[in-house]
Amino acid sequence: METNKTVISVKNVTKEYNKGAVKALNDCSVDIQQGEVVAIIGPSGSGKSTLLRCLNLLEVPTSGHILFHGVDITDKKVDINLHRRKMGMVFQHFNLFPQMTVLKNITLAPIQLKLKTKEEAEAQALALLKRIGLSDKANEYPSKLSGGQKQRIAIIRALAMDPEFMLFDEPTSALDPEMVGEVLDLMRDLATEGMTMAVVTHEMGFAKEVASRVIFMNEGAIVEENEPNAFFANPQGQRTREFLSKVL
Amino acid sequence: MFEPFMALFTDPSPASFVNFDFLPKFAPYFIDGIINTLLLSIAAVLLAVVPALLLALMRLSKKRFVRNLSGAYIAIFRSTPLMVQMSIIYFGLFNIIRIPDITIFFGFVRLQLFIPFVVALALNSAAYVAEIFRAGILAVDVGQDEAARSLGLSSWQSMRLVVLPQAIKNVLPAIANEIITMVKESSICSTYGMMELMWAARTTAGATGIGVGPFVLVAGMYFCINYPASKAIEAVERRMRRGDK
Repeated sequence: METNKTVISVKNVTKEYNKGAVKALNDCSVDIQQGEVVAIIGPSGSGKSTLLRCLNLLEVPTSGHILFHGVDITDKKVDINLHRRKMGMVFQHFNLFPQMTVLKNITLAPIQLKLKTKEEAEAQALALLKRIGLSDKANEYPSKLSGGQKQRIAIIRALAMDPEFMLFDEPTSALDPEMVGEVLDLMRDLATEGMTMAVVTHEMGFAKEVASRVIFMNEGAIVEENEPNAFFANPQGQRTREFLSKVL
Repeated sequence: MFEPFMALFTDPSPASFVNFDFLPKFAPYFIDGIINTLLLSIAAVLLAVVPALLLALMRLSKKRFVRNLSGAYIAIFRSTPLMVQMSIIYFGLFNIIRIPDITIFFGFVRLQLFIPFVVALALNSAAYVAEIFRAGILAVDVGQDEAARSLGLSSWQSMRLVVLPQAIKNVLPAIANEIITMVKESSICSTYGMMELMWAARTTAGATGIGVGPFVLVAGMYFCINYPASKAIEAVERRMRRGDK
């Protein structure tokens, strides 16, 4: 009964580089339930991004398993492309395709993967653009947009695939401070609508306010996790307290 | 008995080497030559692009064997002289593969001569263009591929739709250089009797005794092909840059 609601389940994942010389993730396990917003925080180099990138297999774990809706996507026989369609990802540096217009960026995958006709995909893209107030940018190239606009378009590009789960890898870290708000607002809206999200972030305010659970990582391991109020009010571990005292 | 030798030194007038008196009579050689040089180079470039792309993709493959296969090809063609390659291909390969003696393109192109040289130039050029493509693909931000893959596109779709269009734009100037190299390198074919621009100059110099004039003429002709060509590619590149950041 529980398993029905578990979107993704990370089981004992370890990630090593250079034949074990560098251990980026050390035996991490975590389950994310439908509708949860999980904020992953921790010092730089603690493995937060690596963990997030393992969830859609942009990084392939050295050992351990990742179950998406009960399917082990680390199994080599599984077609990861089919599962990635259901996991949207947003990057620190937006990664919009510079040679395509905004509209083309949003419609590329749905059309190429034959999930929607060109007309359907464009209608959906325009509706998404309208939602974020950027309808007039449909035919612009990404170079003409501000950072905040780029990131919001990157988010709706992922939404155009109708994902069940969204991954955010430090989505506001490359933004000018005055543009952070508009991106966080959009993410907050998604959370309110019930989107399941995993967010690697340095925005403690966002973690406190929007997340349903906070995970603290250090040296490749999940050190502490709790619901946000308890986590920030009463951190348990020594390392967690040190980190929070520096960032809050 | 030294008179013939003395004659070499007693006729020092530069005008006897550098003049264009051969032109009215030999002009058709140069016109045929320019057409052959252009046909040869353009055909070779067009023929090289697809194998070069394939070699570049192989070079970036996850499979070691595939990578090494492409690496060996590139190493061999880049580390031996074009003239040696051409001799092996012309006297060896096309001694086995017989091409029927057919003339096409309004009598300009004799396939028996044309095909071996186009193939030799293309095989050589493919090795260089492959390295250009490889560098171009690697220069595209890895985040582009990650973004495409995270949307569910396959690695080939990501390469074809997202990475390659950016890579090709990046490498246009280098490809332009390769085309220009090809126009120049094709002069080697004159050694084997291919009637291109260099052959016209050599033949004219031999027949008239005007030792320098014909080469000055073809130098000008090569320049008039290559310089505008490089400028044209630059213009295309500027237009393609509109979507950049």
